Amino acid sequence: MLAHLPILQVILPLMAAPSCLLIRRTTLVWLFTLAVSIAALVVSVLLLQQVYAAGPITYELGGWKAPWGIEYRIDLLNAWVLFIVTALSSVVLSAAHTSVQKELGASQQTVFYALYLLCFAGLLGIVATGDAFNVFVFLEISSLSTYALIALGKDRRALWAAFQYLIMGTIGATFILIGIGFLYMMTGTLNMADLAERIPPLSESSTVLAAFAFIFVGICLKLALFPLHLWLPNAYSCAPSIVTAFLAATATKVALYLLLRFTFTVFGVDFSRAQLPLDTLLIGLGLVGVFAASIVAIYQANIKRMLAFSSVAQIGYMVVGIGIGTATALQATLLHLFNHALMKGGLFLVLAGLVYQLGGCRIEHFRGLGRTMPWTMAAIVVGGISLIGMPLTVGFVSKWYLIAAAIEQQFWGVAVLVILGSLLAVAYIWKLVEAAYFQAPQGDQGAVEKREAPLGILLPAWLLIAANIYFGIDTRLPVEVSTAAAQFLLGGGAQ
Amino acid sequence: MLLASHYNYWIVIALMMIGLYMVIAQGNLVKKIIGLNIFQTSVFIFYISVGKVDGGGAPILSEGESLYSNPLPHVLILTAIVVGIATTALALALTIRIKRAYGSIEERDIQAAEARQEQAVPEIHPQPQAPAGKEK
Repeated sequence: MLAHLPILQVILPLMAAPSCLLIRRTTLVWLFTLAVSIAALVVSVLLLQQVYAAGPITYELGGWKAPWGIEYRIDLLNAWVLFIVTALSSVVLSAAHTSVQKELGASQQTVFYALYLLCFAGLLGIVATGDAFNVFVFLEISSLSTYALIALGKDRRALWAAFQYLIMGTIGATFILIGIGFLYMMTGTLNMADLAERIPPLSESSTVLAAFAFIFVGICLKLALFPLHLWLPNAYSCAPSIVTAFLAATATKVALYLLLRFTFTVFGVDFSRAQLPLDTLLIGLGLVGVFAASIVAIYQANIKRMLAFSSVAQIGYMVVGIGIGTATALQATLLHLFNHALMKGGLFLVLAGLVYQLGGCRIEHFRGLGRTMPWTMAAIVVGGISLIGMPLTVGFVSKWYLIAAAIEQQFWGVAVLVILGSLLAVAYIWKLVEAAYFQAPQGDQGAVEKREAPLGILLPAWLLIAANIYFGIDTRLPVEVSTAAAQFLLGGGAQ
Repeated sequence: MLLASHYNYWIVIALMMIGLYMVIAQGNLVKKIIGLNIFQTSVFIFYISVGKVDGGGAPILSEGESLYSNPLPHVLILTAIVVGIATTALALALTIRIKRAYGSIEERDIQAAEARQEQAVPEIHPQPQAPAGKEK
């Protein structure tokens, strides 16, 4: 049983997805989906323990030896990402029932859970596999289900957002497919470990360069790195609230993992860093992304959309870390990967609660929320503080490492810009605080009745928000794992 | 002759550019989807032509054949074709629903409708609108 953990991680949600359609009762489907997600979480914890104790695990699918068959290879980096995805998915799902019942029609709910599990399986597959073509297949499984999930949004704008994302996502995925084709032409293999061995001697070849360019642009489209981020704000703000929380916490993290995997393991540090000006490009795009997205975020009246732009900015920080490329910087990226999942997962869940109670989450809805929904609003404030990166929250930890990495390399400008970027986050979070605590509630000012978000959503949201504080104080687990994972990435692909 | 001997790649590149151009330039959603299809098809042709071995036969065990084409790219691309069909089906389904919701499948009309919707500030539910309170 334990030997089969890597495949169980992926096959469990994949098999469970169609089974959802057989169950009629919506509560039962929800419980079933939640159980599958928690089972996946248990598997990922076991995997992480095994990898931490005994090093990378390889698993041959169907017993076919590696270069011919598909190989799953779990090392510290993907075990960590698998853990993040399954953990966040489980928390988000525990809030799903309440929110989905309100936002979706009865006939749509079963389909919703089936699509959710498909998307979940796709994301886990991308992370677990050690085969380049398998990455493309799982990428499309997760993307196609994501388009459908977004289109479930109530507003008709959700349809248009889903269509736009479909066009851009398909172009991105096809670019990755072209890149993989070029690599296969040159090396005759699709196995990532084999590719890592065979690419260095060919690094002068323009075909390999073209392959890298296609794969890089394709992944950046999925990642929503600054100039390619146009699909993200619409998709996040129109999708059902639970979908937004799930995607914000997991999908971009998986794309970032792919970027790390391809630049560091498959193409190798020598190729992507020494030969190409990738570091300048990533730092530049990352910083422009931080500023452009944060400034746009300040002017958004729709808060879901505001946080979506803030996500684009946060992706910028992570990419800056990859650009700097030292062990400390990669650690900052890996830490922020985890931390941002906690922040945005928590914040979007709270917004789900707001939408449940108020029917929307525009800035006007926030007036006086400090009095009518004290606990809900407190969650947003704590999450916002973490997003800004104040001490005692996780946001501080990752920004601290990022700035330390920039100073280590004498990139003073980068360090200053990262701090300035955080100040912009203060501006948009303050807008919410001002509306909630310094403006009178809507309606009768005499009788201020307390109408908290429903507990079914508020509790999971607070769980994530509390994790923001817990891991901001007790940083041992994420720091230990990310140190080891960063060293592993820089130490070359294989072992 | 480099140009003539690699004509398959020129076809791929031409199709790819035609497809991408259609996706970007066409305002009609169905035409965009057709462009996307041409773009994907060019990649299929690329994979299939990569697997060709000069003078090689079909990769089936038979007497007198010792040189075979590489079957792996063909198998890979079967998967990609299935993915392409799923994408097209989903895109068309979305187009039908967009047509019902917006009454048009022209990008320009939809964007105009979006802009109108964006400007109209939605009412705040469930509480009735009331003048902002004076207490602070």
